[in-house]
Amino acid sequence: MADMQDSRRSAFQTMTGLLSLPRGARLGAGPTIAAFLLVVIVAASLLAPLYVPYDPLTMDAMARLSPASAEHWLGTDQYGRDTFSRVMYGGRVSLLIGVGASLVSVAIGLCIGLIAGFFRKLDGPIMRVMDSLMAIPAILLAIALVALNGPSLGSVIIAITIPEVPRVVRLVRSVVLSAREEPYVEAATALGSSMPKILIQHLMPNTLAPLIVQGTYICASAILIEAILSFLGAGVSTEIPTWGNIMAEGRNYFQIKPGLIFWPGLLLSLCILSINLLGDTARDLLDPRMKKREG
Amino acid sequence: MQFRSGDFSDAKRVLKIRQLKVGLCDNPEAEKVLKGIDLDIRSGESHCLVGESGSGKSVTSLAIMGLLPPGALEIQGGLIQVGDTEITTASQSQMRKLRARRISMIFQEPMTALNPVLRVGDQIEEVLRMHTDLSSSEVTERTLQIMRDVHLPDVERMHGAFPHQLSGGQRQRIMIAMALVLDPDLLIADEPTTALDVTTQKQILKLISEMQERHGTAVLFITHDMGVVAEIADTVSVMREGTIVEKAPIRTLLTEPEKDYTRKLLAAVPNLKPREARADKGRDPVLRIDRLGMTYGGGGFFRKSEGVRAADAVSFTIAPGRTLGIVGESGSGKSTVARCIMRLIDPTDGSINVAGTEIAHLSRRKLQPWRRHFQIVFQDPYRSLNPRWTVGRSLCEGPVNFGTPRAQAMTRAAELMEIVGLPRDALDRYPHQFSGGQRQRIAIARAVAMEPDVLVADEAVSALDVSVQAQVLDLLDEIQDRFGIAVLFITHDLRVAAQICDDVLVMQNGKIVEHGPAARVLGHPDHDYTRSLIDAAPGRAWDFANFRPHDAAATT
Repeated sequence: MADMQDSRRSAFQTMTGLLSLPRGARLGAGPTIAAFLLVVIVAASLLAPLYVPYDPLTMDAMARLSPASAEHWLGTDQYGRDTFSRVMYGGRVSLLIGVGASLVSVAIGLCIGLIAGFFRKLDGPIMRVMDSLMAIPAILLAIALVALNGPSLGSVIIAITIPEVPRVVRLVRSVVLSAREEPYVEAATALGSSMPKILIQHLMPNTLAPLIVQGTYICASAILIEAILSFLGAGVSTEIPTWGNIMAEGRNYFQIKPGLIFWPGLLLSLCILSINLLGDTARDLLDPRMKKREG
Repeated sequence: MQFRSGDFSDAKRVLKIRQLKVGLCDNPEAEKVLKGIDLDIRSGESHCLVGESGSGKSVTSLAIMGLLPPGALEIQGGLIQVGDTEITTASQSQMRKLRARRISMIFQEPMTALNPVLRVGDQIEEVLRMHTDLSSSEVTERTLQIMRDVHLPDVERMHGAFPHQLSGGQRQRIMIAMALVLDPDLLIADEPTTALDVTTQKQILKLISEMQERHGTAVLFITHDMGVVAEIADTVSVMREGTIVEKAPIRTLLTEPEKDYTRKLLAAVPNLKPREARADKGRDPVLRIDRLGMTYGGGGFFRKSEGVRAADAVSFTIAPGRTLGIVGESGSGKSTVARCIMRLIDPTDGSINVAGTEIAHLSRRKLQPWRRHFQIVFQDPYRSLNPRWTVGRSLCEGPVNFGTPRAQAMTRAAELMEIVGLPRDALDRYPHQFSGGQRQRIAIARAVAMEPDVLVADEAVSALDVSVQAQVLDLLDEIQDRFGIAVLFITHDLRVAAQICDDVLVMQNGKIVEHGPAARVLGHPDHDYTRSLIDAAPGRAWDFANFRPHDAAATT
């Protein structure tokens, strides 16, 4: 019984076992750099109030559009606000919206998906509603919502979440549909386990791995959509700096001072690139079939 | 019993393997998967590789085909010669020429081995187009000819059929046609009949022998089923843990096995002769099925459609402590009956009475308290336990649902582990740390933890090796004695049924064709269908465990 001797598993191994990670999985250079970048961007944004030299909203008429200098590291915008401070502050809202929108849509999508996948009678109606939600163009919906509710963090998150939820629902539903046919789920039914218990204890853990992957993609796309909305003026109000509205305001002065668009744009790209890279890595690690392709 | 055991010492040697070693790619120090195998197959010979799962049978065949999974396994020594060609060093393109022309292979599951979106005729033609210069009309001609050779009916129509439109046996015939169309020297058959019903299996085995005689092909036949070996082999190699334990002509191997392992393997083959029935204590039946019926599909919104009658007027009873076997081929409705009784599906009519309560039409909610009276053990031990749960948690799930405190359920689980022959401390482990047989024991313990009146075993030993099968059957027997459970045992394997059942019920197309004590049904069947099932059981004339033919036992 050699296979029974390695019973002592560390907490890490149990965790990786939960997500069915192959043992000894190692990250390549790309994902490591991406993880490092992301940590730096998140930390810099969260800690912005502690180190930025200026308040991001304080205008200084004397220093309008000044070039980069020891005083203003990245220069100032047309109102004399410090670009460096604004870009660092801007990450806070962008990241908040990214994480918030992905958490909300994963949570809602998980609940609806579990129900749609498990109850045959509800499957049809729920999925048709989801189909129709998917048909709504995200940006138009967001503009409509913001027009109705006024620009605020909440309405932007809702606007981003609504089109994402059906995608999560489809994913969860497909996992549940195949997992519910597993004999261990039928055995649980035979053992008299209640429906919520089967759903939460037996079926939900199966959805975890694909949801983590999907969550990272939603996070990246939410940050991007927020930037687009803010750029169009339909996002968070201009009093709160975000990467999107910093770029929007800098648009008119682009030719005089490209930094106004370049720096927030750079951070936005790096942030989304590293989140997507990490998402790909997670997918490769969690899906053994994708892993094999490198070998 | 007639064995093939031809003498081939003068025939041309088709395959020569010397000291073949196969190991893990990234770890040359690890234990080898094949530890130096020697094998010779001559033209016209049928050589069987037999062994339990994990013994290296399939790896041997993949090594010969040059199909070892890249990046996982590699040849680490020895040589393989097909005819005069050494293939361990052959390049990909050399191997591609060799495959199909010199060696070809048929697989266990013809549905997955055939491309589902191409017509079967085109798939055979593709082989010819890739490897020959025949003209288009010649290709079609050859294809139709080989399809006739493998006795497919209505060849012109079947040429344009898709795999899903054919039966399992027909698909396997297509595979054989594909493998033999270029007249290879060596045919590798990896468990080609394992997924088929016994009657189909018999036909396919006959077909392989016939094709072999006609073309003089050498066959390397891989199987775990000793019955099949007795039917088809000239010579046999017994494999265990990557080595060949014993190699002998079939008759010698079956009558005078030299090695203990071979003896053990043969002794584990269940006997077709029914066991003594358990004493009938005259107790009232605990499970009564009356005119149970299940129709799949049907209804329809606009048009009344017929639906498939998977079970039709099935009636039987089982008393506590006794075992009823339902046997039949796939599609006979035996699993439908089991799933209806477990209420995993809802029967369309009839009644199911468990321990005095009618459950066939109870609502989900009302049924829930009664579920503890009937439990099920599934076929696939790898999927019937939640891989993310410890064994202890799985064992406690049922009792906790019915209000047993968790600590008490855990204590009981530990006792059950001992009853099924596993260590108590294994409760903290996960299913993947156990072998298939051990997992099946756990699944049995989980069912028994509910202290049920009825236990349904749906092909519960079909996925296990024969030696493990015997142990699990013994365990079921012991548990039945101890707890007086009524067991409904569903199986396609008449040998297993003969070993465990007191009564046997034979099903065909959803209907009961014969029902009675095992000794009578399996010994002196009344119905033609039962008789054909028994006739088709491979190696049925041979008493493996006693190393002699069955009729010899009758005369001595």
